[in-house]
Amino acid sequence: MEDLSLHILDIVENSIIAGSKNIEISLSESNKTDRIVLTIKDDGKGMTNIELNQATDPFVTTKENKRFGLGLPLLEQAVIRTGGKLTITSKPGAGLELCATFKQSHIDRQPLGDIRMTLLTLITSYPDVNFSYKHTKDKNDFYFNTKEIKSQLNGININNPEVLKIIRKLLKKEAVL
Amino acid sequence: MAKISIEDLKRIKERVKGTTNLREGKFRVKITIHMGTCGIASGARKVMNTLLDIIEKEGHTDIILTSSGCAGFCSREPMATIEIQDQAPVKYIDLDENKIKEIFASHVIDNTIVEKYALAHGSELSG
Repeated sequence: MEDLSLHILDIVENSIIAGSKNIEISLSESNKTDRIVLTIKDDGKGMTNIELNQATDPFVTTKENKRFGLGLPLLEQAVIRTGGKLTITSKPGAGLELCATFKQSHIDRQPLGDIRMTLLTLITSYPDVNFSYKHTKDKNDFYFNTKEIKSQLNGININNPEVLKIIRKLLKKEAVL
Repeated sequence: MAKISIEDLKRIKERVKGTTNLREGKFRVKITIHMGTCGIASGARKVMNTLLDIIEKEGHTDIILTSSGCAGFCSREPMATIEIQDQAPVKYIDLDENKIKEIFASHVIDNTIVEKYALAHGSELSG
């Protein structure tokens, strides 16, 4: 993966495969603590303790007919390279919460990448799933929630090209992203 | 919280009137971008972005864009599957922004499969 926004897209795809309907993504950048903290919280089927222990093993996957799963191992690698830490907490049936902490100033820390495009891709592909995204950068923050957008739309699909155009405009205005 | 402005909402409603195809699940073309870890790492999001741009600019309302997981052919990612109603789906491989533009213009608009980028065309013969 080239940047953090692609990791986010990849990890959220996992949440969707796990049957999540509500996914909360939050990213905070802080110069003060020199940390970037990414958390992804979903309400999918969760993982058992055994699955959790094996989650970052590249040669373990829950998919049938597949021999490896690289999403989480790649994220873990990206985190550890900066001296950071990846923690995953989950219980079967109770969703999953992932927290990745990066050292912001580390030379191997990947750039954030195009967060807007990750959000647009998710909204286009999974109109039925609710995504919330919170971005904090020192004192500025940005919050976006597709559930609230949907309630404004009065039944028009959120992945309608006309709606996507407006959402793109909305995201473009945000300097934090 | 970022919200859609009232003017924009009105505009959306105005434009969407009469083009409710997608909402009712009726569409002429379905394009699936394969977005497993392999696809994402090799540029599937760029392909998706290019398609979103074209659909937005040209104002197509009969095309649904979606994504799926790994298609089991990681070395040939990014991949896309194009399904035109009542026709067999076609899988395209090793995509980039330019190839998908070409495929869109030819396959989706003119209904001519771009064989040079397709994984396979037709089915294998038996016996």
